[in-house]
Amino acid sequence: MSSVLPTNYLTPTGREEAWRFTPLKRIAGLHDPAVSVIDRISIELFGSARAGFNISTVKASELPAKSTTTDAIVQRLRSEVTEVVHLKIDNEAVINEPILLKRSVGSSGEFSRTVITAGAHSKASVIVENTGDGIIGEEIEIRVEAGANLTFITLQEWGPKAVHMGRHHAIIGRDANFKSITVTIGGSLVRLLPTVEYSDQGSSAELWGVYFATDGQHLEHRVFVDHGIPRAKSRVNYKGVLAGDGARTVWIGDVFIRQNAEGTDTYELNKNLLLSDGARADSVPNLEIETGEIVGAGHASTTGRFDDEQLFYLMSRGIPMNEARRLVIRGFFTEIIDKIGDEVIQERLMSKIDSQLETLGA
Amino acid sequence: MAQLVIKGLQVSVEGESGAIEILRGVDLTINSGEVHAIMGPNGSGKSTLAYSIAGHPKYSVTGGSVTLDGVDVLEMSVDERAKAGLFLAMQYPVEVPGVSVSNFLRTAATALRGEAPKVRTWVGEVKEAMSKLSIDPTFSERSVNEGFSGGEKKRHEILQMELLKPKIAILDETDSGLDVDALRIVSEGVNRVKSEQNLGIMLITHYTRILRYIKPDFVHVFAGGKIVEEGGPELADRLEEKGYAQYAKA
Ligand SMILES: Nc1ncnc2c1ncn2[C@@H]1O[C@H](COP(=O)(O)OP(=O)(O)O)[C@@H](O)[C@H]1O
Ligand SMILES: [Mg+2]
Repeated sequence: MSSVLPTNYLTPTGREEAWRFTPLKRIAGLHDPAVSVIDRISIELFGSARAGFNISTVKASELPAKSTTTDAIVQRLRSEVTEVVHLKIDNEAVINEPILLKRSVGSSGEFSRTVITAGAHSKASVIVENTGDGIIGEEIEIRVEAGANLTFITLQEWGPKAVHMGRHHAIIGRDANFKSITVTIGGSLVRLLPTVEYSDQGSSAELWGVYFATDGQHLEHRVFVDHGIPRAKSRVNYKGVLAGDGARTVWIGDVFIRQNAEGTDTYELNKNLLLSDGARADSVPNLEIETGEIVGAGHASTTGRFDDEQLFYLMSRGIPMNEARRLVIRGFFTEIIDKIGDEVIQERLMSKIDSQLETLGA
Repeated sequence: MAQLVIKGLQVSVEGESGAIEILRGVDLTINSGEVHAIMGPNGSGKSTLAYSIAGHPKYSVTGGSVTLDGVDVLEMSVDERAKAGLFLAMQYPVEVPGVSVSNFLRTAATALRGEAPKVRTWVGEVKEAMSKLSIDPTFSERSVNEGFSGGEKKRHEILQMELLKPKIAILDETDSGLDVDALRIVSEGVNRVKSEQNLGIMLITHYTRILRYIKPDFVHVFAGGKIVEEGGPELADRLEEKGYAQYAKA
């Protein structure tokens, strides 16, 4: 691959609003056309094929993106990726067991594009499990067709060196429901764009997320909900815990209610629990409203330390400090982790968090 | 036999313009099996006394001592005080989101007993204690105190006391906000634990109503951060008649 590809996107410098929090030095050139990146299919179905869905690899030109993006890395990977993984859930299929996709990434940078189509009136849940110490720029475009119900879960259980730049964009059709759960507990640098647009009325989105950053991790989530059609609903709720020196999280919650989006109902919430002085959480909810004809629009953001009253209450029952803290942290995450609906995964995530806390002596 | 001895206890809190002295020398001894009613007007320092004994970080002890069976309580961390046998039923129990009642009770029992209770007997024990206190079994799966009514919170405090088996319990206005039925259920619970485990009780209350259900051996009137009068159960009747006004600015 040539290192002097002509580009029609701008290489971020770090001064842009969208990049001002991200340590560009650490993203291994994924944003820089001078650094070449491998085009590879890294996502695979775990377990055998089942009725109700089909997974295939198709030429990128046959499955172009349906959404637009201003993100430089996504623009770049769209121009370079030659093959796309397509998970197609059949119309009207009702799939009870989650469809589990696993990704293992190599140590040199790679790009990946995935399209998930939830056929009309289907009901399914998809889990993407990310592990290892790779470097990846990726886009998952999720098309939720009319009347479909899709739960989309991504687990960033990366190793300590991983770099992950991703856009997970849903296009939600008429009367369709999209629910996403984003769990980011691993990786050196993770920057995700969980974004949503609506293509027809009566549609709804719930975006849930948890992140847990320890020493030196940078975990960034930039949510964007684009209300561009009438009578759609959105709920956003992300919770983060930061422990250890230099733990860093960024949460941006942009909600845009366009002029024609009458009857919009939206609420977003971000809560952060800071366990060390050397940690830093940025939380920026941002609501832009072009019409007054809405059902509701609100946001809230809090960043705080342990609640002394909670710790006192637990300890007054004989529970030692460390265990009381663990209970409070587990409790903080439970609201969202429990929505995954798979007890094995839930317990695995919680015990990973526990053992990291133990390592920190928090 | 257990004995809690409070001597000359002085406690202050950090206010906006420096430390504010709240307890001004409290002397009180509670033995196993005894019920001591502490009665006093709002703001007299009753909760401060309760929290100080339990070790709440907001309160600093500036003088005096607290010992349980001769061992210095003030030197202990909050959890160590519970392990030593002290229990505080709080006036305002704290909500702990995402921590289920069953997980909380099991964790506390494990910490206090030094080993996890046997699953079989424990589940039965909890069920039985809940049913005696008319607590719906579905409470097990709810977050601690979250969305509980005032009465439910108080019953949940007594449930913990019943399961954790302390030697000395401090009940801080466990009666306030309870209707007559709830008051009866809670009082029966307290009396049950007292007779089964020979519990010593500091019963903090603003009203005499609960004393019809839980008979005090001693009554102490609390005002201005200290005990201003002491007597037997008959003192409560006098308070009922005359109120606290006589102790104002004592
Ligand atoms: N953090 C605080 N700052 C200032 N004053 C306080 C603080 N906490 C308690 N107090 C004061 O201490 C006094 C005793 O309070 P408390 O022990 O709650 O009384 P009681 O339980 O008898 O109603 C009250 O006058 C109250 O206003
Ligand atoms: Mg009080």
